[in-house]
Amino acid sequence: MFDFSTITNWIDELLQSCMAPWAVVLVEGLIIGVLLLLLYALIALALIYAERKICAFFQCRYGPNRVGPLGLMQPIADMFKMLIKEIISIKDSDKFLYGLAPFLVILSSMLTFGCMPFGKGLLTLDFNIGVFFIMAVSSIGVLGILLAGWSSNNKFTLIGAMRSGAQMISYELSIGLSILSVVVYAGTMQTSQLIAAQEGTWFLFSGHIPMVIAFLIYIIAGTAETNRGPFDLPEAESELTAGYHTEYSGMHFGFYYLAEYLNMFIVSGIASLLFLGGWMPLHIPGWEAFNTVMDYIPSVIWFFMKTAVIMFIIMWFKWTFPRLRIDQLIKFEWKYLLPIGLFNLLLVTLMTVFGWHF
Amino acid sequence: MSNLSLLVVVFLTGVSLVAAALALAKLLAPRTFNPQKGEPYECGIPTRGGSWMQFRVGYYLFAILFLMFDVETVFLFPWAIKVRDMGPEALISVSFFFGVLILGLAYAWKKGALEWK
Repeated sequence: MFDFSTITNWIDELLQSCMAPWAVVLVEGLIIGVLLLLLYALIALALIYAERKICAFFQCRYGPNRVGPLGLMQPIADMFKMLIKEIISIKDSDKFLYGLAPFLVILSSMLTFGCMPFGKGLLTLDFNIGVFFIMAVSSIGVLGILLAGWSSNNKFTLIGAMRSGAQMISYELSIGLSILSVVVYAGTMQTSQLIAAQEGTWFLFSGHIPMVIAFLIYIIAGTAETNRGPFDLPEAESELTAGYHTEYSGMHFGFYYLAEYLNMFIVSGIASLLFLGGWMPLHIPGWEAFNTVMDYIPSVIWFFMKTAVIMFIIMWFKWTFPRLRIDQLIKFEWKYLLPIGLFNLLLVTLMTVFGWHF
Repeated sequence: MSNLSLLVVVFLTGVSLVAAALALAKLLAPRTFNPQKGEPYECGIPTRGGSWMQFRVGYYLFAILFLMFDVETVFLFPWAIKVRDMGPEALISVSFFFGVLILGLAYAWKKGALEWK
């Protein structure tokens, strides 16, 4: 399996040999920043196209097919349209918070994006508190949404933001509990070690039922966290126009659009990191020939394939389940998911401590 | 590069993405003035009253409950990575903490705090 750290180390050595140490840090920072930005934009564009096409196929229509071959240029045209639209400033809005909110939303998605294990050796932020850091920064996004709804001085946005806040903080608990179960089982929080622990088998296929339950809880709560699918109450078009970003126009709105798609990618990426082994190929203990063949598929392809499968499932949710009411939404989380999550954590602990097999 | 400098790099990338896109939009987008445009969006009629007003207390209740369980998650993370090393002792020591939490949830449930009225 190709290790991308050979390339990064080679670049590092090359720069070290011809520059001062501070300049090396500067240049490397610049390279990493530009690469992250490009990947961020590219994934967002690809996802916008994929979402529209998949929606179309679910509803038996063609989807975008006019701009470019197969409509491939459609997301680029959309982005350009957003750029050349006017940014309206609202009367009596809180200008500072109104401007700050998109920064927070993008920042939280960018910081979690930096933690994604794109491939072997392709990991920007690898802290020893890994998944805990991901949880911490991803909850900044709620703050951005609440500020957006509050500052734009509009009743639709206020209701949208409050709903969104209630929903996101509620479902964050379930995400936290299912991440905790994995951490208990693996005994580490570091991203690279979590992946290394799944070299034998992925956690989902480790033969433990609590892992499967944790995965299901994670997928449900993750869908709610991205305000998608059956949980899209905060931006329920028919009642709240556009929810918390009603008053945002042009590129300001574009940031929420970007962050929404990227959050879906991030939720799927974390699911594949925690339960499907990140970039780790599919290994079946004892099947040596099979494992060797799987190792030939590059790690980047493994990561993006797993993430794409989970993203497809999340998109599928949207067209299968009707939208929940707010009381159903709250009841579902606090009366079903949370107790199940707590019980599941207990099972995983018993499994780890006594070696019981569930 | 150290982890801290990487964190700063990713942070600055996020900030510069927003700043650069906004600057680009400022350059490309038209800017016209019209008092009607600044009005808050409403269904075709002028908005009555301000929007910064009292809203239902239910949200506040869930925020308090969330706080309780979120702090719990923060406390459980250091325990979680030590479970394997500590063995049965880990389970016993955390069961008290867990018990109090579950009692709290049960109390909130019984009091009807989890209902959306």
